[in-house]
Amino acid sequence: MTALIAALLIAALLTFVLWALSAPFRARRSDPAAGDSDARRALESAKEAKYAEIRDNETDHRTGKLSDDDFRALDRQLRAEAVEILRELDELDSPDSGATV
Amino acid sequence: MAFAGRVALVLALVVSVYGIVAALYGARHGRRDWVDSGRRSIYCLAAILTVAMAILEVAFIRNDFSYNTVANTSSTTTPLLYRAAALWSSQEGSLLLWVWLLSIWASVATFITRNRLRDIVPYASSVLLGFGAFFTTLLVFFDSPFAQTHPAPVNGAGLDPLLRNPSMLIHPPMLYSGYTFFTIPFAFAVGALVVRRVDADWIRVTRRFALASWLFLGIGILLGARWSYYELGWGGYWGWDPVENAALMPWLISTAFLHSVMIQEKRGMLKIWNASLVLGASTLAIVGTFLVRSGVLNSIHAFGASTLGIPFVALIAAMTGGSIYLVVSRREVLRSEHTLDSLFSREAAFLLNNVVLVGLCFVIFWGTFFPLISKAVTGTSAAVGPPWFDRYTVPLALILVLLSGVGPAIAWRRGSLANIRRSFLLPLLAAAAMAIAAYTVVPISSSIGVVVLFCAAAFVFASVGQEFWRGWRVRRATASESPPVALASMVRRNRRRYGGYIVHLGIAVLFIGVAASATFEHEQTLSLQRGQSVRVGAYTMKYVKATGSVVTDPNHTGATMTLGAVLRVTRDGRYVGTLRPSAGYFPASPIVPGLVVASLISGDAVDQIGLKSSWRRDLWAAIKPLGTTLPANGTQLPEESLVNRADGLVPTSESGPDQLSLAYYLLRAIVAHYVAYPPPASFTLIASPLVMWIWIGGLIVLLGGLTAIWPAPSALRGRVRARYLARVAQELGRA
Repeated sequence: MTALIAALLIAALLTFVLWALSAPFRARRSDPAAGDSDARRALESAKEAKYAEIRDNETDHRTGKLSDDDFRALDRQLRAEAVEILRELDELDSPDSGATV
Repeated sequence: MAFAGRVALVLALVVSVYGIVAALYGARHGRRDWVDSGRRSIYCLAAILTVAMAILEVAFIRNDFSYNTVANTSSTTTPLLYRAAALWSSQEGSLLLWVWLLSIWASVATFITRNRLRDIVPYASSVLLGFGAFFTTLLVFFDSPFAQTHPAPVNGAGLDPLLRNPSMLIHPPMLYSGYTFFTIPFAFAVGALVVRRVDADWIRVTRRFALASWLFLGIGILLGARWSYYELGWGGYWGWDPVENAALMPWLISTAFLHSVMIQEKRGMLKIWNASLVLGASTLAIVGTFLVRSGVLNSIHAFGASTLGIPFVALIAAMTGGSIYLVVSRREVLRSEHTLDSLFSREAAFLLNNVVLVGLCFVIFWGTFFPLISKAVTGTSAAVGPPWFDRYTVPLALILVLLSGVGPAIAWRRGSLANIRRSFLLPLLAAAAMAIAAYTVVPISSSIGVVVLFCAAAFVFASVGQEFWRGWRVRRATASESPPVALASMVRRNRRRYGGYIVHLGIAVLFIGVAASATFEHEQTLSLQRGQSVRVGAYTMKYVKATGSVVTDPNHTGATMTLGAVLRVTRDGRYVGTLRPSAGYFPASPIVPGLVVASLISGDAVDQIGLKSSWRRDLWAAIKPLGTTLPANGTQLPEESLVNRADGLVPTSESGPDQLSLAYYLLRAIVAHYVAYPPPASFTLIASPLVMWIWIGGLIVLLGGLTAIWPAPSALRGRVRARYLARVAQELGRA
């Protein structure tokens, strides 16, 4: 009985492994936008990080760790950097970028 | 079923190797299908190893002693809970646990990145599967957990009594989770360096894994310390043992990484440093795994000498060499995008914290490997002890505690002296108040270090408290929420920041406990007769009566015989509490014919300490009933003459069960005699202040870590994104 269960277990494992590993070849999925998608995700991620940085800067100012002058200068700089990221994101969306979405 | 287990391990090895080849081939030739197939190998590895773990676990629970590992580390008398955990008490079982956990965390990382970092993922998958292949190779060719003996022995040797402690049930899985979690950032760092894509994207994706590694390693280290305190009978929680140090080193480096990585995320700085920290921490995690198994250094935690040293050295050499090559060859793309704006910025504090943490790690590394270094240089192995470690680590730890109060009080990028003065006023006043308070109760000349640490901790409490107060006030002013709701939403909206602050608080609490208990501890080791008293610090401990039991071990460890004592503790004549230390005696294996009674109790003897713990102090007691020292393991066997006489009464002609029944009957009589006429016993008695603060500090650190690791609610992210998008769009309009 134990031998039968062991044999069934091995067979099930082998079947699962073969099925799982061969699935990508069976699907034959084309993925032309992969590079574009990666770049977009990287930019989205950078954008989120920049927003978090702007938020941190505001918290530092509100909690008295940054002077008004320093806050304004930094805030301006961070927003300019955020704008740059948004521009790069827009460029990805423009027809000239060659991306097929 | 053992055959199925062996097949599963071979299949795991084949799948790992296939996955490496498929992922690399797919990356080189731009074949997404091959990359996907390689990625799926990680899921398959997890599934296969889960089956292997289940087979072995069932063997332990069913007492299937045909498995060598079950026979060597479990027995019918081992309680069920400890039988279930005995899997990772053996070397082969712990290796299986290591690679199983690796496969689970790698699967989670693979799933999260299924549509991200597509250029990096194939290489990261290959590295993760490389670890999988390494460990499954060890399990298939060197140390199989499915090796069998036929015919199976009737009973096993039993779990090492020292490991029969609740902390030990979860200590190894925690520690191994810590080690294996860090392979994820390591693998993605290697992938990022290979494809020369060293922006912060891979860091953002794997940051939570690094944090999880740090958290689990921290829990594992603390559980190990608790086990040492409760189980080892020497009254300490940290002895600078090589295996303890091996877990501490990657934890220190990952602490440094979690701080410095924020600078890379925000400023694009310290890329070489961060890459080196990730690669270094993961290599140190493997060094830790190697130390436990190689037998190169003496440790009470090690599995002893084995044949696995050479494969591990090869892996460590490959990781170290490969890491150095990748960092050096990519130094151009790893250049910092910015420079430090101000020495009074949080970045500067983090940099200093990194230098101290890495320095601390170096000191511990040097001390840990000094026996090997000295042997290589002088031909003689010489070890350094706790005083050497304390001399160098205490000052560095003091600086670290202080920095954990400095960091939260200063701003990113630009901190002006005026703002710093304002932010530090309250913490400095708190530190000064603490210095005055300590001066009145502590003889400063003899404990200057601990007073400085108390002041640093007061600085941290005030600094972090001030941050919470200011943030809460701002939140109250802007959101019109009730005080508790404002506090909760403030933390929820910035879990990483406030989680980190909570961790800093916990670290300060923990260090207060360490400093106070190490400096102001009173200890007595002496022999006492029933009725005698001794003074330990401000407390008087009296040996009131002896206790004993057979089979029905009050500590549920499966000990055959337990002998102990009841100690009454008073302070200035007032009753404080009762301590009940005991020693558990375990059977020797196999039972020797003619010496059945002796065999039942002449295995290992383990301390079960008596403890009365409060937030102010711990009263701790361990007992060693005196008797004849057994040559095999140094155990003191009490009532030896009675045991010998009892063995003379057990007829060798009786069948096994009858012999055992009679032996247990005689053992009960011996224990009753011991309780009625107890001989002197050796006691270790300790009164130590603030030990509980260590465990409470650990819990606060855990709470902070969980707060920081918990994902922000998606709805909140959406609102924040919408609000900032609108603001940035406004800026765009002006530009």
